[in-house]
Order: sequence, then structure tokens, then C-alpha cells
Amino acid sequence: MKITRKEFLKLSGAGLVLVFGGRELAALDRAAGATFPGGAKPRPRKQWAMIVDTAKCAKEPGCTRCIEACDAAHNIPAIPDKAHEIQWIWNEPADVVFDESDVQYLDAARRDEQIPVLCNHCDQPPCVRVCPTGATWKREEDGIVMMDWHRCIGCRYCMAACPYGARSFNWVDPRAYLANPNPDFPTRTLGVVEKCTFCSERVVAGKLPACVEACPEKALLFGDVNDPHSEVREVLSESYVLRRKPELGTGPNIYYRI
Amino acid sequence: MRDKFWILGGLLLFVGVATLPTWRDWETHANTRPPALVLPAHAKQCVAPLDFMRGSHMQLLLDWRQSAVRENNPTYVAYDGKTYPKSLTKTCLSCHDKREFCDRCHDYVGARTPYCWNCHVDPALGKGAAR
Repeated sequence: MKITRKEFLKLSGAGLVLVFGGRELAALDRAAGATFPGGAKPRPRKQWAMIVDTAKCAKEPGCTRCIEACDAAHNIPAIPDKAHEIQWIWNEPADVVFDESDVQYLDAARRDEQIPVLCNHCDQPPCVRVCPTGATWKREEDGIVMMDWHRCIGCRYCMAACPYGARSFNWVDPRAYLANPNPDFPTRTLGVVEKCTFCSERVVAGKLPACVEACPEKALLFGDVNDPHSEVREVLSESYVLRRKPELGTGPNIYYRI
Repeated sequence: MRDKFWILGGLLLFVGVATLPTWRDWETHANTRPPALVLPAHAKQCVAPLDFMRGSHMQLLLDWRQSAVRENNPTYVAYDGKTYPKSLTKTCLSCHDKREFCDRCHDYVGARTPYCWNCHVDPALGKGAAR
């Protein structure tokens, strides 16, 4: 049997695909799973999460203790100009927090109910995907979406990517608006982006986040949502909760108990 | 040696210009000795031996920054087994005073004050000291 040069090349190509193709295809499949939301990317070992009990929170109308505790702990300046404001945890009316179509028949009073919002420490944080310097990343050990202000170059891609508006940019020097900065935590400087870090500095020392500790109604519950025996999971197993914009696939880890 | 005047004059001018900083210091009675740094009274030992701190404190601070912020490892185990928080404010400045210690040496060697202080707070500021 005679074989032409063309046939020889065809046969050896097919042979190569048979031998190595399967392995390469499997690798491609794994890579795709890691890239797309809902794919096979493993969740972090721990995932800190928070449940905001809106009923308990509503018992103290006008209360801003969680916000004040956070501001004091993290040297957040009180800048009167709304355009320059820095916020880690703040209040928004219910119809802003949740999609307006879900609350359109609510009483005006309930719609204006103030609900605390903060960084959602997403499972698939879009801010992390766009950061060009690695100044923000998702921690593998506990799922906190962390910030390294040393590396932030102030490009604000993360702010454009975050669907929750959880990030603030320092348009002005924050020191000018801080009467007595807390030396245990750095201030930020002109031209960096900042947001809630789930009190990583307190959590590593075994403490609860400042906002959780400060709430007089115990409306904020903090814990590991990956641990089936945690208090957070206990509450989640028996209550109806909402998350903000879950349809975007970011996997937010702040739950609102209704 | 017809050009004696120009050669000697030029040499003199060169020596004069080259040693200008010395004359300037002499004229303004500037103190050119290195600052006598006051060591903390209540601590006998820094987080590393003196020689290392003198030459490599900046590297130590960068390592601390990397491991505390990015690797979530906030505790430093010193060479003698003692542990310290990896914190400029909580560890370094609990013994040293920024203006008396850091700034004086940085000024003397002309190493521009690093921008650590744009964010990290000098605890002395909170105690009503002038900024």
C-alpha cells in the first residue's frame, strides 16, 4: 500500500488530536468554568457575610450608630460636598437599595425607610476583574474583597465596575476634613479609591466589624456563610432574605432579612 | 610660564567652587554633625539589631506592608522570638517619635520624607502637638 505525502500528514495530524486533544479540551473547559459566573470556581474556604435585619433596624428610625462607628474606626472624613463624599457604610432609602419594581406599591414611608448599604464582598467581584494593579482582590482565606491603598493608582475602573456604588474616590485630601485622626488606622490620600474592608483589621484579631458591634438593636449579623453551623446560616435557613441585584451574577454576600 | 596667572587663578577658582558647600556651612554656622538621636528610654531593643535597622529599615517596612496587607499576616516574630504587630504606628511609633527620630535623620542625609505619612497618622498629632 502506497501512501501519499498529503495522506501521511492528514493521518499524523488526526493521531496527534486523538492522543493530546482530550487533555487540551478538558483544560479549556476548566478555564471557561473559572471565568464565567456560576462556573466551577471554588468558593473561598471561609466567606464572611452579613445579614441586615431590616425589621430590627427600622426600630430605631434615624439611627446612624453603625455609620458613626465605621467613620471613627477608619478615619472617614466628613466632606460636606456630596460629589466628594467618602462612604463605607451608609443609609439609602428602600427603593434605592432594592429594585424599584419590587417596592413600587409600598407606602411612601416604607419606601423611604433607611437601610444600611456597604460593599457586598461579592463571590465574583467585578471591581477585582478590572483593577489593573491588583490593588483590590478577593482573599482566598475568607472571601473579603480587600484593598491595598499602597497600590491604588486612582484609575477608578473599579468604581465604574461596581454595580452597587460601594466605592468612593478621594477627590480632595481627606486629612483636611479629619479633626482627630485615629492613629491605629491610616487615613487615605488624594487620588485613591476606598471602600469597606469588612473590618479586616478587626476580624484578624478575632473581633466583630465595628458597625456590627455598634448596632444597638443587633440588626447586623456577621459570620461565615460557608460554615453550615454558623449563626448566619441558621438565620438564612429560616428567613426570607433579599440580596442587591443578584441577577447580575456578582454573588453579593450582604443579605437583607425582610 | 607666561600663563602662570591664568593657571593658578583657575586652580584657585576651581578649589573655591568645589568647596563652596563647606564655606557656606562655615559662614552660616551650620551644624554638619549627624543628629544625635535620642533612643527610647523605656525600650532596650528594637525589632531587629541596630545595624540591620540602620541599613535596612526601609526594606523591613516594605516586607511588613506586603505581608500585613496582602498576606493577612499581621504579626512579626523578631530575631529574639518576641512578637510585634507589623505596624508603623503601633510598633515603630510606640517607641520612636516621628519628628525627633525619623525626620531628623531623613533631613540630615537629604532623603526626602517618604510618603508613608500621607496616610499613616503620627500619633503625636492627636496629642495636640503642632502639625
